[in-house]
Amino acid sequence: MKENILDVENLHVSFKTRNGAITAVRGVSFSLKKGETLAIVGESGSGKSVTAKSIMRLLPKHSTVIPQGEIKFEGRDLLDLPLKDMQKVRGSEISMVFQDPMSSLNPTMKIGKQIMEGLQKHQTLTKSVARQRALEMLELVGIPNAEKRLDAYPHQFSGGMRQRVVIAMALACIPKVLIADEPTTALDVTIQAQILRLMKDLQEKMDTAIVLITHDLGVVANMADKVAVMYAGEVVEYGTLDEIFYETQHPYTLGLLGSMPNLNAKRSEPLIPIPGSPPDLATLGTGCPIAARCPYTMAVCHDYHPRKTELSESHSVLCWLQDSRTPKNHAPETVGSAQ
Amino acid sequence: MKRNEDLLVIKDLKKHFKINRKETLKAVDGISFTIKKGETLGLVGESGCGKSTVGRTITQIYQPTSGEILFDNENVHAKFSKAELKKKKRDMQMIFQDPYSSLNPRMTVMEIISEGLLIHAPNTSEKEREQQVNELLELVGLNKNHSGRYPHEFSGGQRQRIGIARALAVNPQFIVADEPIAALDVSIQAQIVNLLKTLQEEKGLTYLFIAHDLSMVKYISDRIAVMYLGKIVELTESENLYENPMHPYSEALLSAIPLPDPHLERSRVQILLKDDVPSPIDIPSGCRFHTRCPKAMDVCSKLDPAFVERQPGHFVACHLYDEELMAREK
Repeated sequence: MKENILDVENLHVSFKTRNGAITAVRGVSFSLKKGETLAIVGESGSGKSVTAKSIMRLLPKHSTVIPQGEIKFEGRDLLDLPLKDMQKVRGSEISMVFQDPMSSLNPTMKIGKQIMEGLQKHQTLTKSVARQRALEMLELVGIPNAEKRLDAYPHQFSGGMRQRVVIAMALACIPKVLIADEPTTALDVTIQAQILRLMKDLQEKMDTAIVLITHDLGVVANMADKVAVMYAGEVVEYGTLDEIFYETQHPYTLGLLGSMPNLNAKRSEPLIPIPGSPPDLATLGTGCPIAARCPYTMAVCHDYHPRKTELSESHSVLCWLQDSRTPKNHAPETVGSAQ
Repeated sequence: MKRNEDLLVIKDLKKHFKINRKETLKAVDGISFTIKKGETLGLVGESGCGKSTVGRTITQIYQPTSGEILFDNENVHAKFSKAELKKKKRDMQMIFQDPYSSLNPRMTVMEIISEGLLIHAPNTSEKEREQQVNELLELVGLNKNHSGRYPHEFSGGQRQRIGIARALAVNPQFIVADEPIAALDVSIQAQIVNLLKTLQEEKGLTYLFIAHDLSMVKYISDRIAVMYLGKIVELTESENLYENPMHPYSEALLSAIPLPDPHLERSRVQILLKDDVPSPIDIPSGCRFHTRCPKAMDVCSKLDPAFVERQPGHFVACHLYDEELMAREK
């Protein structure tokens, strides 16, 4: 068994606002092994990006409070690290790819220089060696004519090519963990397929662990080994890829799968949307946050927050339906087959 | 109003934009199709293929460079008096992609939805208008308590519902929906698609549904047209496109959709297209897809394939299905 490289334990993140604190992440835990891909899935506002940014410590200092939790990277708690040490981790051991490739590149800097910047900051390299490494990275991510393109500016690249450059930058120092926050959402499907394939190939070559944040279950099925489904700041279901897709236990995960179009289904079969919209994090009650949208709501769901139930060594779910005290004829198997 | 009658006929439509003295961007470069009454045509393609330009030319936001758009047997870009034009515009409405930028943040929902009514039916009393707006809100799944609020008080899915209510306010026959679900979360996308379908059944609407990915389009479209660099490369019944895609580009588009099923994902072979879409300012010679096509032949870079009905109701522009030419090639 490989050892865990990243361990997030009971993470809470809240933001100070004029109307009091809003807790965007409430008790998130997951772990990641070397070379593994964990997908974090959820709708907008579910706290997936906040989780990622808190690993990188990129959240604004003045308004963010992390009252509880640990983020252990190779045994060290990143939350306790002095800023200087954190800067050494950022970009060289853990790096990040963002959704919009245009806004994560500096428009006034040649891309060669942007790739070299990180290399030179983290490793003592001469300029020519750094340039050579930048060139290798560009070739690795499949940019044609790499030698010439080193001196091009971001606006001279297409969206897909820009995302390749961003990936080259993120992987230049061969990080142990890559956090990819919706890396293909802004791209066309055919380009998305190219970028996903590229990320997989590079992962194999470098044995990088990937935290992939996405809202697309298709991308998850294509890339992930493990999946964490998030809703209103909590991981509601956590398991291996097959457990999430074929032994789905949480009504919300079932709902997500049901509202995804299925290419083999007939046109006349309607999609089954999840009714309503996600809750306002500022006005969450004591009950389960999904209760209002869940087709299996019981009386207990409105007043008491569910407890985590371990279904197997790798599979856990946050739902009253799985609680040992709940009568078992409530099991939501019917929706799974209707999907 | 009978079904099976063509509501919209597009003949060899072109829309070119002048970039400078030398260069022209050929956004739409000669496309023809028809939409029947009560039908939904899905128009699919990657960014930059000209699909939004088609929608905007039909709704008269743009003037076409050449070609004809017949709506109810009348050319929409012919010379009309102002009053006639107003009537024409009433029949066609648009739903936009971004529910954040398409609603005026300084207007209440009541003002947004009743604006069209004020212009097209100025004689209705304020009370009647309010009544109509409330009915519309009810119809799209909101309620009348929402009418005094401003757009920022709503979520993305709710805003899209407001956009739909605004489009329906003037009782149009035809709606161009330009990527109405692309900016929404998956669970909300299904809500909006189902809403559009119900409205179509209730009101006998005709849709042009523009989208960039093939997965959701199928649920709403009767027929689907696939566009690439300003031209339609394939047009057929929507289920047939998924079962029997003929054009190599449609095949690649379909195979690029990641499926939410890990077993299927592991077993299927993806067709990966190389490179990016070429620039519509500098369109490749011959078949415009030949630079990326995995099945390209010599002839493809020389000859532009015609858009021909190869099977009943199945149009495709590709040399692979030209038997005469294929025989000669061998």
